[in-house]
Amino acid sequence: MNIIVCIKQVPAKDAPLAIAGNWIKESDIGFEMNEPDSYALEEALRLKEKHGGEVIVLSMGPERVKQTIKEALAKGADRAIHLADDNFAQLDPLGSAQALATAIRKEKADLILTGLQSDDHGFGQTGVLLAALLDLPHATIIMAIEVTDGRMKLKRELEAGWFQHIECPLPAVLSIQSGINKVRYATLKGIMAAKKKEIAAMTRESPGVSAEATQKIEKIYVPVKTKKTEFLTGTPKEVATKLVEKLRFEARVI
Amino acid sequence: MKVLVVAEQRQRKWNNASFETLAAAQQIAKDTSSTVSALVIGKGVATLADELAAKNVAEVLSVEHDLLEAYTPDGYCVALKQIIERANPDLVLFPHTYQVRDFAPKLAAMLGKGMIGDCIGYRNESGKLVFVRQMFQGKTAADVTFAGAAPWFASFQTGAFRADLLAAHPSGKAPVNAMTVTVSAEQIRTKPLDLFKEAKSAVDLTQAPLIVAIGRGIKAPENIPQAEALAKALGGEIAASRPICDEGWLPMERQIGSSGQTVAPKLYLALGISGAIQHVVGMKGARTIVAINKDANAPIFEIADYGVVGDIFEIMPALTEALEKAKTS
Repeated sequence: MNIIVCIKQVPAKDAPLAIAGNWIKESDIGFEMNEPDSYALEEALRLKEKHGGEVIVLSMGPERVKQTIKEALAKGADRAIHLADDNFAQLDPLGSAQALATAIRKEKADLILTGLQSDDHGFGQTGVLLAALLDLPHATIIMAIEVTDGRMKLKRELEAGWFQHIECPLPAVLSIQSGINKVRYATLKGIMAAKKKEIAAMTRESPGVSAEATQKIEKIYVPVKTKKTEFLTGTPKEVATKLVEKLRFEARVI
Repeated sequence: MKVLVVAEQRQRKWNNASFETLAAAQQIAKDTSSTVSALVIGKGVATLADELAAKNVAEVLSVEHDLLEAYTPDGYCVALKQIIERANPDLVLFPHTYQVRDFAPKLAAMLGKGMIGDCIGYRNESGKLVFVRQMFQGKTAADVTFAGAAPWFASFQTGAFRADLLAAHPSGKAPVNAMTVTVSAEQIRTKPLDLFKEAKSAVDLTQAPLIVAIGRGIKAPENIPQAEALAKALGGEIAASRPICDEGWLPMERQIGSSGQTVAPKLYLALGISGAIQHVVGMKGARTIVAINKDANAPIFEIADYGVVGDIFEIMPALTEALEKAKTS
């Protein structure tokens, strides 16, 4: 079973964000693998271990994303495709999916996996849009995958504690829910092996993508506060005493 | 402008977020002198169509087909594409539910259009609609506009608009128009099977008046007893944001947020929780919210009544002690 995993590199969780127009200043901050995508990668590696085949990592972005690609290769992906693009943060969801789809069409994949959403833009549309563009069946928010005879039985998460089983033929696109598995760490052996693995470079323009944006992020900004927060300061002991007083006599909730 | 709201039902029960989106549509219509239509899709949904018709809408579109009884992304997209081409709306609005996330971007793409998902509000800037959504896990907001020609697609987050402000129909009932669609079994490639809940949870957080919730800031499972001691001193239940349950540090039934439980306790004490929107939608109805976080810019502070910028590992034991002391005083 050949599996393509789409992985995005995003600003590190604790990175201080400096807003610049409709994106952030990229200098001075660290980047990491989008956490929801790490669950998709892990799921791909497990499926490969069970059913054989190849795991191909596909990632779009500037030179820096190679670091995340190498991490995925160190964890066990077989090879990677880097869609080199310095301006990828300006793409709308459809534009991103169109660029990824052109790369996917060049491969013979049985399954395409994405994370549920990215921790930066958070559009949460890539998997569904890839299915539309590649004319493949899809399912999202997946909590379990079972493959038998070219079909999958999936466990899909719904809201408020509900789940649903669905059957889906292959090939297909799945968006993986975070928490579906326990993500592995790269071993030293894996890191050494990754150095010999192929990272094929493509540019977004080369496959002939001329997507016209359907939407535009005009600007980003720190949200306007709707609630007045009273901040308590002092030593931990002072803060604790003040807070208990506030909760007892002001908010009257304890 | 013609606004169309695609309402959501499952097994002929409404997803209540539909009415919040309908309220949003009424507000947009007022601001832009537009008309609102509401759509229900499924099988045997006549009663639901009548319920929509009692709201202040120009008309209700009722889409029924045997193959639409159970939701599938293929079935919904095939059917709704035909309706949108016929009804010709300018703006198509959805509640931002798990189901909408599963099909709406594809529906828009099939029409060559884009969707602005998970919006928390909008502004009318001299006739141009600006949609507001969150980015970077709620650390920033973004103003987003549509490029290109209508129809435009957008979804509104749960809790962004108030369903109780929904206006009723001024003269009783809007017309219900049954729309026929052509759907064939071969077009539906996935097969929906059973709907189920995991083993019934022993704890019902929705009934807990006091909740102590932990997030990533707890760092390691061996630190959880400190939070549990605090919950015990408070007489409350322990809960968590999704990553903690994903790690298996607390059982899934303790999870608060869009994929877990929605709670509205008297007191919600958030420890080391950044306040990503998936968590906030599950607890923003709490009467009093206390947030303790080392990052002064954490979005959780936007909704907190009391905030402490500091180290939870210093404050948890101090607070436990202060609570114990208050009990005896």
